[in-house]
Amino acid sequence: MGRNREHEILELLEADARYTAQDLATMLNMKVSEVEEMVKDLEQRGLILGYRALVNWNKIGIDKVTALIEVKVTPQRDVGFDAVAERIARFPEVRTMRLMSGTYDLAVEVEGTTMQEVAFFVATRLAPIEGVVSSTTHFVLKGYKQDGILVDKKEEPASRLVVSP
Amino acid sequence: MSTWGERVNPVVRDMPPSGIRKFFDLAAEMTGVISLGVGEPDFVTPWRIREACIYSLEKGYTMYTSNQGLKELRDEIARYLNQAFQLRYDPHGEILITVGVSEALDLALRALVAPGDEVLIPEPTYVSYIPCTVLAGGVPVPLPTRMEDNFRINAGQVEKAVTPQSKVLLLAYPNNPTGAVLPRTELENIAAVAKAHDLVVISDEIYAQLTYEGEHVSIARLPGMRDRTIVLQGFSKAFAMTGWRLGYAAGNKAFIDAMNKIHQYTMLCAPITAQTAALEALKNGLKEMRQMVGQYNHRRRLVMNAFREMDLPCSEPGGAFYAFPRITDTGLSSEEFSERLLFEEKVAVVPGTAFGPSGEGFIRCSYAASVSNLVEALKRMTGFVKRVRLKKKASRPLPADRDREAVPHKG
Repeated sequence: MGRNREHEILELLEADARYTAQDLATMLNMKVSEVEEMVKDLEQRGLILGYRALVNWNKIGIDKVTALIEVKVTPQRDVGFDAVAERIARFPEVRTMRLMSGTYDLAVEVEGTTMQEVAFFVATRLAPIEGVVSSTTHFVLKGYKQDGILVDKKEEPASRLVVSP
Repeated sequence: MSTWGERVNPVVRDMPPSGIRKFFDLAAEMTGVISLGVGEPDFVTPWRIREACIYSLEKGYTMYTSNQGLKELRDEIARYLNQAFQLRYDPHGEILITVGVSEALDLALRALVAPGDEVLIPEPTYVSYIPCTVLAGGVPVPLPTRMEDNFRINAGQVEKAVTPQSKVLLLAYPNNPTGAVLPRTELENIAAVAKAHDLVVISDEIYAQLTYEGEHVSIARLPGMRDRTIVLQGFSKAFAMTGWRLGYAAGNKAFIDAMNKIHQYTMLCAPITAQTAALEALKNGLKEMRQMVGQYNHRRRLVMNAFREMDLPCSEPGGAFYAFPRITDTGLSSEEFSERLLFEEKVAVVPGTAFGPSGEGFIRCSYAASVSNLVEALKRMTGFVKRVRLKKKASRPLPADRDREAVPHKG
C-alpha cells in the first residue's frame, strides 16, 4: 500500500512537478500531511533528484550546443568504471552521463555555448583524464523529443465536440 | 402532394431529438468554454495504434473484411475477453465486430425485439437505448434508479417491472451518465430474476476497463448467464478510439448469426482501417490503456473532492468517467443550472434530464479533461454554486423575486 502510493506520487510528479501537496492528496485520496511527509522522504532518499522546467532553448534563439561524447575507459581494479566516471560527471558542462554496453563505455552529454567550447572541454578536461582511452564527439543538430515531450508538436486532439453523449 | 412531415415515418417523426443536441448547439456557439460535457477521452489514440494504422494503409489494407470482421482481431478479442474478464467466446461464430458499440446495440435490439416486446432499461440512461428500442419496434420500460441506491438497479425493481411481454433487460455498467457500477452480489440477484423470467440481457460494457474499485464483473460470467447474455464491448473509451467507430458483440452463436444477418445487409463489415488499429491496441496497447485509466482515477478523486467542498451530494462513481452530482439545493433545475453555468462561467456540463426524467436535479460532469482544465472548471463552478445559493437565500422571503429569476439568462 505504502509502496504503491509512493509509486503513484513519483509518477504524478514526473508528469507534472508543479502539483501541490494538496493536488496530490486529492488525487490519491491521502491527507495533505501524509503527502508532504512522503515527498520529503522521497527527496531525502534520493528518489526525487530535483524539480525543474524543461526549456526549449532553441526556440528563443539562445545558442546552446549539445554534444554526445562516446568515451572509452580502461576499468580499474576494485572500482571498475566508477572512479573515472565520477571525475567526468562532476564537471558542470556534463548534463547527463551513463555507462553503456557495446562498443564504448560512457555516454556523456555535454552542453556549451559554442562548438569550440565543447571541443575545448573534451580536449583539455575530458580526454586527458587518466583511464580515458579515446573519445568520439557527436554534435546534436536538432532535438525532436526531450524527456518524453515532443519539442515542436503538442499532442492534442484537433478539437473534440464541446458536448457529446 | 404530401409534405415531408407527412412522408417521414411517424416513428421517426415523433421521436424527440437528443437532449444533448440542444445543449451542444448552445455551447458550440461560444468561445473559451471549458467542457465537462464530453463523453469521450481527452487523450488522442496512443501513437503506436495510429502508426500501425498508417502502416496498414501503406501496405494497401483498404478492402472489405469478412462480415464478422478480421479473423486475427476476433482471435485477439477472444483472448482479451478471457484474460481481462474471464469471458470465454469462440472467435468462430460467437464474436461479431461492429461499427462501434452503437451498431452492436442496434443489431442486438433489432435481432431480438419483435413488435410489442418490452425492453427494461435502468434510468438515467445513455441516450440511445430508448430510441433504438423504439426503432426496433419494442416498448422501452424505464426503471428509474436513485442516488440513494448509488444509481444501481436492483433485482426487486426488475422483478416488479416484468410482464409477459418483457423480453430484454439492458444493463450498462459502469454507467453513463452516473458512473455507477454493479457489484457481483447484485448482479447475481438480477441474474436470478433474468433466469426466472427468461429475459435476455444486453450488457453494454463499453466502460468495463474504466472500473476503479475492484474488478469489473460481467453478468455473462455468472453461472447460467452466458447463453442468455449479449456482451457489448469496444475500443472507444479505454483506448481513446472514439472516432474509429469500432466495437463488438459476444454471445451465443445462433444469436450472433442473427445479428450478423442484419449487419451483412446494412453495414457489410466494420472498416478495415479501424480493425487493424484495434488489433494493435489489443496486442500492444494495454499498458498505455492502463496508464490512461490510472489518470482518470486521479481526476475522479479530484472531482469528487471538489463536489464535497461545494457541498453538492454526489454518489461515488465506481467506473466510467462521469460524476453525477445533485444540484437541487441550488433551487435550479438541471437545465437552468447547466445553461447558466455555461453562460455565466463558460463551463459546459450536461443536464441530467438528457438521460431521462429521473435525471432531473442532476448534472453530468465528465472528468475526461486535463487536470488543469478540471481544476479551473471546478473553481468556476464553485463560485457559481456559491453565488446561486446566496441569491436563493436572499430571495427566499420574496417569492416574486424567484419568478423573476426563473427568466432564462441569455448571455
